[in-house]
Amino acid sequence: MFRFLRDHGIIERNLILMGVLTLLTVSIGGLVQIVPLFTIETTIERVEGIRPYTPLELAGRDIYVREGCYTCHSQMVRPFRDEAERYGHYSLAAESMYDHPFQWGSKRSGPDLARLGGKYSDDWHAAHLRSPRSVVPESIMPPYAFLDRPLDTEAVQAKLRAMRVLGVPYTDTMIANARADLEAQAKPDGDVSARYGKARAAAFDGNPGVVTEMDALVAYLQMLGTLVQFRDVTPEQVRQQ
Amino acid sequence: MAVAGYAGPASGPAPAQDFDMVDGPIKAFAIATVFWGVVGFLMGALIASQLAWPLLNLDLEWTTFGRLRPVHTSAVIFAFGGNAMFCTSLYVVQRTCRARLFGGDDMGWFLFWGYQFVIVTAALGYVLGVTQGKEYAEPEWYVDLWLTVVWVAYLIAFGGTLLRRQEPHIYVANWFYLAFIITVAMLHLVNNTALPVGAGTGKSYVVWSGVQDAMIQWWYGHNAVGFFLTAGFLGMMYYFIPKQAERPVYSYRLSIVHFWTLIFLYIWAGPHHLHYTALPDWAQTLGMVFSVMLWMPSWGGMINGLMTLSGAWDKLRTNPALRFSVTAVGFYGMSTFEGPVMSIKAVNALSHYTDWTIGHVHSGAMGWVGFVTFGAMYYLFPKLWRKTGLYSEKLVSWHFWLATLGIVFYITAMWVSGIMQGLMWRAYDELGFLQYSFVETVAAMHPYYVIRVLGGLLYLSGALIMVYNLWMTVRSESLAETHAVAAGGFVPAAAE
Repeated sequence: MFRFLRDHGIIERNLILMGVLTLLTVSIGGLVQIVPLFTIETTIERVEGIRPYTPLELAGRDIYVREGCYTCHSQMVRPFRDEAERYGHYSLAAESMYDHPFQWGSKRSGPDLARLGGKYSDDWHAAHLRSPRSVVPESIMPPYAFLDRPLDTEAVQAKLRAMRVLGVPYTDTMIANARADLEAQAKPDGDVSARYGKARAAAFDGNPGVVTEMDALVAYLQMLGTLVQFRDVTPEQVRQQ
Repeated sequence: MAVAGYAGPASGPAPAQDFDMVDGPIKAFAIATVFWGVVGFLMGALIASQLAWPLLNLDLEWTTFGRLRPVHTSAVIFAFGGNAMFCTSLYVVQRTCRARLFGGDDMGWFLFWGYQFVIVTAALGYVLGVTQGKEYAEPEWYVDLWLTVVWVAYLIAFGGTLLRRQEPHIYVANWFYLAFIITVAMLHLVNNTALPVGAGTGKSYVVWSGVQDAMIQWWYGHNAVGFFLTAGFLGMMYYFIPKQAERPVYSYRLSIVHFWTLIFLYIWAGPHHLHYTALPDWAQTLGMVFSVMLWMPSWGGMINGLMTLSGAWDKLRTNPALRFSVTAVGFYGMSTFEGPVMSIKAVNALSHYTDWTIGHVHSGAMGWVGFVTFGAMYYLFPKLWRKTGLYSEKLVSWHFWLATLGIVFYITAMWVSGIMQGLMWRAYDELGFLQYSFVETVAAMHPYYVIRVLGGLLYLSGALIMVYNLWMTVRSESLAETHAVAAGGFVPAAAE
C-alpha cells in the first residue's frame, strides 16, 4: 500500500513536471464549477422586465462601486421567510445579469439593498445619504454629503459602449442619446421611457438645476429590485438546473 | 550560534555559504513585511473603530469605511502577507537548493520595488475612489497589469533558482511556494479580466457579470485564502518550524498526500460564499461538499507541523519565536475546522452576512498568517543581519501574549455578535411578526465592536513591540563573519 508514494520522487526531481501537474490539479475545480454557468441556459431565469441601466443609473452604480458600499450592504435576498418579509422576494440571477461587476456583497453591517427601490422617498434618500443619523439615529453609516457636487458626465457614452462590448444590449440610439437621457432623467419633467421602459425621472436630490452625483446614486438606489413584476412570474420561469 | 543538530542531506556538496546568496532584497522584503503589517493592523483598528463610533469617518470622502476597508484588507493580505511570501520564499529557495537566486540582486530588487509599487498605487486608488468593486481584487486594470509583470518575474526567479538546485529533490516547502505562485497567477488573470472604459481613464468594467462574476469572484476570493494565505504560508511552516525545532519534518508521506489533496480540493470551495444566493444549487452543493472534505488535508498539514515538535516540545519554553510558529499551526487547525462547519448550508444560513465570518477570517489571518510570519521574522532578522540572536526574548514573550489575548478578544466578540445578529434577523415575536427592525440589530452590535477594537489594539501593540525588538536587533553587535557560515544551507531532512 502507498507504493505510489515512492514514485513521487520522480515529480520532486523534475520542476517542469511538478509545475504542470500542479497547474492541472488546481484547474479542475474551477473548470467544473465555472464553465457550466455559461453553457447551461437555465442558469439565468427567463423573466420579463430586465433592462440595461439608464445612463444616470449606471453613473449612480459606478458611484456605489467607487464608495465601496458593498463592504457593508448586500444585494442578494436569500429564500428565507424572514428575508422575504424584511426585504421582499428572493433575488434572481437574472436581476444582476447586466451587472459588471456583480455587487451581491458578503456582509450586512447595514441592510440588504437588493429591493430598496421605491421603499423610501427620494427626499429620504438624499437626507439619509447627507447625514444618516439625522434620519436613523442608531445608524453607523458614514455621511455622504460630498455627493452634492456636479456629476462628471464626460465618459457617459464610452461607458455604454464598453458595456455593449461586454454583452449588455445597449442600442446605437441609446449610446447616441446617452448624455441627453442622463440629463433628462434628473429633471422632474424629464422622460426616458422611449428607451428605458418605466424608468422614472425626477430631481432625485431635490435640486432640478444641476445633475449631481447624489442624483445618480439615488436614481440607482430607487430602481434596485423593481424591474421584475413577481405577480406575473411562473415557477417554470425561475427554475434553475 | 549552533549548527543545526539533525542530519542534513546525506550526500552532496558542502553547503553553499551565505555570502553566495542574494540577501539584500530579502532584507528589504523583511522590513517591508513588518512595516506593512503595522500599517495593516493600524488600518484594521481604525475601521473597526469607525463601526463602533461612526464620527471617525471624519466627514471626508477619503476616509469613509467603504474606501478604507480595502486599504486594510489589501495591506494585510497583499502587503504584509505578500512581502512575507516574497521574503521567505526567496530566502528558503536559495537555501534549500543551495543556489543563488536566478537573476541575482537585480532580479531581487526588481521584485521588491515592483511589488511595493503595486501596493502603493492600489492603496492610493482606494482612497481616491478608484476600484473595480470586487472584494480582495479591488485594484483597477493598470495595477493588475503591472502586478502580472511582477508576478511573471517572480515565477521566473523562483523557478529559475529551483532549476539551478544542487539538491536532486525539490524540498517540500518549495512545492507549496510553487503552487502558490502558479495558482495565484491563474486566479488573478481570470478574475480581473476587464475592459477599460476609455484611453486615459482608470475606470474599467469586469468582463464577467452577475451570477458568473459571483462564481468567478469567489473562486478567486476563497483561493486567495487557500493559496495566498494558506499554501504559501504552509511553505513557510515547512521550512521554519523544522529549523527552529531542529527536527526533521514529521512525515514525508503525509507531506505528499496533504500537498496534492489540499491544492486539488481548495479550488472547489468557492461557492460556500454563495449559499442560498442566485447561484444554482448544484454549484452550491459542490462547494459545500468539497469544503467539508478540505478539513482532512488541512488537518494533515497541521499534524505534520505540530508533530515535527516531537521530542522538542521543551523548546516552546525556551524559544518564544518557535512558540509563535507552533501556536500559528494551532490557529490554523482551529480555523480550518471552523471553515468547513460554516460551509454547511444549514450553518451558513445563520452565519452568512454576519460578523461570524469576519471573526473566522481573523482567527486565520491574525492567528495563522500573522503568527507564522512573526515566528519566521524573529528567526530571520538575526540570520539576515548576522547577529547572535534577538535583542530581547522577553519582548517576544510580551508580543506573544498581547497578540494572543488580542485575538481571543477579537474572535470571541465576533462569535457572539455574529451569532446574535443572525438570530435577531430571523427572530419572530409571539404574534408572528419579525421581532427586530434592522437598525435594532445594528445598535445591539455596539459593545462587541468596542471589544473588537480593544482586541485589535492589543494585537497592534504587540506588533509595535516586535518592531522595536527587531530594530534593536539590527542595531546590535554583529557576529564575527567566521561564525556565520554554518547558518545557511541545510535542508531539513524528512523522516521516513
